[in-house]
Amino acid sequence: MTEYIVLSAILFTIGSVGVLVRRNAIVVFMCIELMLNACNLSLVAFARQHGNLDGQIAAFFVMVVAAAEVVVGLAIIMTIFRTRRSASVDDASLLKY
Amino acid sequence: MTFWILAPVMVVAALGLLFVRKAVHAALLLAIVMISLAVLYAVLEAPFLFAVQIIVYTGAILMLFLFVMMLVGVDASDSVVETIKGQRLLATLGGLALGVLLVLALTQGALGAAVGLEDANDGGNVQAIANILFSRWVFAFEVTSALLITAALGAMVLAHRERIAPRETQADMAARRLRDYAERGTHVGPLPPPGVFARTNAVDTAALLPDGTPAEASISRVLAARGSVRAVPAEDVEQVRRQIGDPAARPEGGGKSGATASTESDRNLDRVEDDRGEGRP
Repeated sequence: MTEYIVLSAILFTIGSVGVLVRRNAIVVFMCIELMLNACNLSLVAFARQHGNLDGQIAAFFVMVVAAAEVVVGLAIIMTIFRTRRSASVDDASLLKY
Repeated sequence: MTFWILAPVMVVAALGLLFVRKAVHAALLLAIVMISLAVLYAVLEAPFLFAVQIIVYTGAILMLFLFVMMLVGVDASDSVVETIKGQRLLATLGGLALGVLLVLALTQGALGAAVGLEDANDGGNVQAIANILFSRWVFAFEVTSALLITAALGAMVLAHRERIAPRETQADMAARRLRDYAERGTHVGPLPPPGVFARTNAVDTAALLPDGTPAEASISRVLAARGSVRAVPAEDVEQVRRQIGDPAARPEGGGKSGATASTESDRNLDRVEDDRGEGRP
C-alpha cells in the first residue's frame, strides 16, 4: 500500500510545483486538479488499507467539490479574459498597485 | 503489476504538465493521469469511483477545460518571462524539498498488511457506498446540494454579460445595407459564392471574375485571415478567358453599370450579366 501513498505524494508535489511555476491560469487550474486527484488516490488507498469505505466516500466528496470549484474557477478565468484579453496570471495584478 | 506500469506513465505525464508550452497539450496529459487514476481505483477495489472518475473528471471537468480553452484561444501559451526574480528556481527547489520530505516520511513507517475491502464490499461496492452515504454521511451529502446550486448560480452570474447596445435586428441590418448602398455604393445583394468559374466547388478557392481575376469577396473572411485560401489554377483562368473572350476588347456594358459609382466587384458582376446576355442569341 505504501507505493500508492508515495505515488500520491509525488503527484501532489508535481501539482504544487506546477501551481508555482506556470503562468497560464488554465494550466495552473489543471495543476490544482492534479493535486486534488493525488489526494483522492491516497484516500482510496487508505480505504483499502483500513478495510472500510469512508475513504472512498471522502474521495467522492472531493470530486463533487472539485467539479463545483472548476465551474466557478473557469467562469472567473473567462471573465478576466473578457476584460483583460489575457489568461496569464501575471496580468491580473490590479490589486497590486 | 498494473500499478508498476501505470505509475511511471502518470509521473511522466504529470511532469509534462510542468513543461509543455500549449495548454491543450497540458489538458491531454492531465487526461492521461486521470484515466490512469481511474484504473488504479479499480485495482484498489473502488469500482464506483472508477466510473465516477472517468465520467466526472475525464468526461465533464476536462471537457469544461477544453471548452474554456476554445473560448480563451488555443494559442494562449505561457510567457517565459519571470515576473518575480528567481521564482522558478525557488519553486522547483521548494517542490523538490516537499517531495523528498513527503516520500521519506511515508516510507519510514510501515503500514502493515492491507485489510482489503472484501468484507466492506460484500453485496456490491455501490450498495455499500450508498449505505454509508445515506446514513452516516447524509448531512454532508445534503450540504453538497447547496454547494452545487451555489456553483451553478456563480457560474451564471460570472458568465453573464450585460448588453450595452440594443441587439441588431434583421430590419436594422437591411436598413444599414441600403444606407451603405446609398452613401458608398456597396453591393446590396449577397456576396458572390466561391469558385463559380474556377472549376471547383471548394470554399477556399476564389470565384473568378470575367477578366480572370479572383473575386476577393467570394471567400469567407475567416479563411482569408487563416491564410488557407487556395490560388486559382492558371490554366483554368486561361480557359475561362478563351471561353468568354477577352473582356478588355469589348465595349464597356450599357446603362446599368454606369449609373452610380459602384465598387469594383459590383461593376464586375454587372459585366458578368452583360456577357451572359450577349452570349445568348
